[in-house]
Amino acid sequence: MYVAVKGGEAAIDAAHELLAKRRRGDPSVPELSIDQIREQMSLAVDRVMTEGGLYDLNLAALAIKQARGDMVEAIFLLRAYRTTLPRLIDAEPIETGGMRIERRISAVFKDIPGGQQLGPTFDYTHRLLDFALAGESEPAADRPLPPTPGDTKPRVTDVLGHEGLIEAATKAEDGVQPGDITRTPPTFPTPRDVRLQTLARGDEGFLLGMGYSTQRGFGHSHPFVAEIRKGHVAVEVAPPELGFAVEIGEIELTECEMVNQFKGSETTPPQFTSGYGLAFGGSERKAMSMALVDRSLRAAELGEEVTAPAQDQEFVLSHADNLDASGFVQHLKLPHYVDFQSELELLRRIRADWTAEREAAE
Amino acid sequence: MNAPVKAEAGYNFAYLDEQTKRMIRRALLKAVAVPGYQVPFAGREMPLPYGWGTGGIQVTASVIGPDDTLKVIDQGADDTTNAVSIRRFFAKTAGVATTTGTAEASIIQTRHRIPETPLKAGQIMVFQVPIPEPLRWLEPRETVTRRMHAEADYGAMHVKLYEDIARMGRITTSYDYPVMVNRRYLMRPSPIPRFDNPKLDRSPALMLFGAGREKRIYALPPHTLVKSLDFEDHPFAIERWTQRCQRCGAPDSFLNEIVVDDRGTRRFVCSDTDYCDGRMA
Repeated sequence: MYVAVKGGEAAIDAAHELLAKRRRGDPSVPELSIDQIREQMSLAVDRVMTEGGLYDLNLAALAIKQARGDMVEAIFLLRAYRTTLPRLIDAEPIETGGMRIERRISAVFKDIPGGQQLGPTFDYTHRLLDFALAGESEPAADRPLPPTPGDTKPRVTDVLGHEGLIEAATKAEDGVQPGDITRTPPTFPTPRDVRLQTLARGDEGFLLGMGYSTQRGFGHSHPFVAEIRKGHVAVEVAPPELGFAVEIGEIELTECEMVNQFKGSETTPPQFTSGYGLAFGGSERKAMSMALVDRSLRAAELGEEVTAPAQDQEFVLSHADNLDASGFVQHLKLPHYVDFQSELELLRRIRADWTAEREAAE
Repeated sequence: MNAPVKAEAGYNFAYLDEQTKRMIRRALLKAVAVPGYQVPFAGREMPLPYGWGTGGIQVTASVIGPDDTLKVIDQGADDTTNAVSIRRFFAKTAGVATTTGTAEASIIQTRHRIPETPLKAGQIMVFQVPIPEPLRWLEPRETVTRRMHAEADYGAMHVKLYEDIARMGRITTSYDYPVMVNRRYLMRPSPIPRFDNPKLDRSPALMLFGAGREKRIYALPPHTLVKSLDFEDHPFAIERWTQRCQRCGAPDSFLNEIVVDDRGTRRFVCSDTDYCDGRMA
C-alpha cells in the first residue's frame, strides 16, 4: 500500500526528534546560550522583535535559537506567543524627540542642531572578512562597553519644518483611537495608521524590494533622508486609577523620516511630504524601506496617479506579512492529491475530446 | 474512537482565549444568518502556519466543547500528516475525544473533502479555506469583489464558465467549483472536488468555513439550497471513474489514483479512508 504522505503520528514524532538533533548540531561544540544570542546577534534579535510585534530581547533570542537561525520561523514563534498575551493597558504615544540618541544622521542638511552622530554603523566599514574574529578571544574584550549615551536631540523635521516647506506630522484627532490590525480585519482603502502598523510588521525583504522599486521608477517619489535616529525611548503608561503617566521602561528604536518632493494639488501647496519608518532596535534597513513604502502608499490621498505596485495598497499590504506569505507558499507541500485527481480526470476528458475531434476531421 | 485525555496545562480550553472565541462566534452567527456571505473576522496568529488550516482551527476552537468528538481529515484521510497534527493540537489543548468514524463525530474539520458517509443533523463540518473569494481569479481586488457581491454582479463568473465551454467544450474548473448559495451569494466551497458539491446542497449538517490568513468566515446553515453553477445545455456534472475502489469495491466513492510501481501501474482506491475501512470491516 502506498504511504508517501501518510504515516501519521510516528513519522511526525521521528521528524521532531531529528529536528531537535539538527538544531543542536555537533554535541561536542558548546551550546549557544540565550545571553550569547541576545548580546552577539542583536540585529537578528531586533528583526525578530520588529516583525514579531513584541519587544522582548530574551524571547526573541530564544526564538532564534529554537528556529535554528531561520528568521521567519523565529518571527512566527514570537508572533504566535504574542497573540496569547493579555492586553493590560495601552502605552502613551512614545516621544521620539526625547530619544537618548546613539545614532542620528540627516542627509538633507550638512549641519543640524545637535549635530550628526554616526553611532554603531556598518556604513563605512570595508566589507572585508575580519579573520581575527574567527579566533577565540577578541582583542577588545578587556575594554569596557561605553555607557549608553544620554543626549537628546530635537527631531530634524520639527526644527526645520516651520516654514511649511516640510509637511507637518499629522496629530491624531482627540478621542480617535488608532486602528489595531491585530483586532480588526483589514479593509481597503486603509487609513495611514493601519498601513503603518502593517508595514511595521511587514517582511523586511519584501519592503526593501518594494521601496527599491520606487527608486527605479515604478512610482518614483524623489526621497531624501531627513533624519535617521536610533536610541532609547521611554515608554509610559497612564493607569486610569492613577490619573497620570508613569515610566515603565525603555525600548530601543530606529526611526526614519524621508521627505519627498510633492508638486502640490488643488488643496495642498507644493511642499515636501513625508514617509515614516519605525522599527525596534537597530533595524535601520527596515525603517528606511518602510518610510519609502509609506510615502509611496500615500499616492491616492495626495492625489497622485496610482500606477506602480508600491503605490497599490491592496498589493503591498496584503502581501507584506511573511507569516501569511511563508505559510501559504509552503502549504503547497501539503497533499493535494484529491484536487490533482479531479484535474487529471478533467484533463483526460478534454484530451479525449481533442483526439476525437481530430479523428473526425480526417 | 479515542477517549478524552487531560488537556495540557497552561492553555485555555481549545487554545484560544474566551474573548477571541466570542469574537469568532459573533462572526459565525452573522455568517449563519447570511448564508454564503464572507464575514471579516480578526483572525489570530495560531501556532500552526497560515495556509495549513488556521481558519478551520479557529472555527473549531470556537465551537468545540468538552463533550464533543472531533474528526479531522485531509484529502479524505484521517492519517495524513496535517490531519494528525491538527487532531493532536485539539487533543492536547482541549482534551476532547477524537475519532476517525464519520458517524461518531460531532465536529469534523476537513481539508479538501466531504466524507462519503452522509452527514446527520447536529453534526458540524468545519472547512479549511485557502482563498475564500470566488471571484478572486477574475478580480484580484477586494474593494471590487465586495462591491460585486453587494450587487450580486456575477456575470463575470458566468462569462468565464461560458468561455471554458466555447474553448474546451466543457467547464474546466475541477475543484473549488463555484456554488450559488440560497439564490443570493456566490461562494467557494473550498478546494473540494466537484464530486462533493452535491453533498453541500440541503445538508442536514451545519457547514462552517474558516479562512485564517484571509480573515474571513462563511457558513451554510442546515438545509440551505446550494447550487453548482451551470448552463441548461451544459449541466453540472461530477467526476466519474470507470473502475471501482480496488480495496473495498465501492462503486460510488471518490477514488485516488495511486502509482504502485516504476512502470506507472495504477491502482484506484477510496480517498475517504474511514468509508473504505468501514466497508472492509
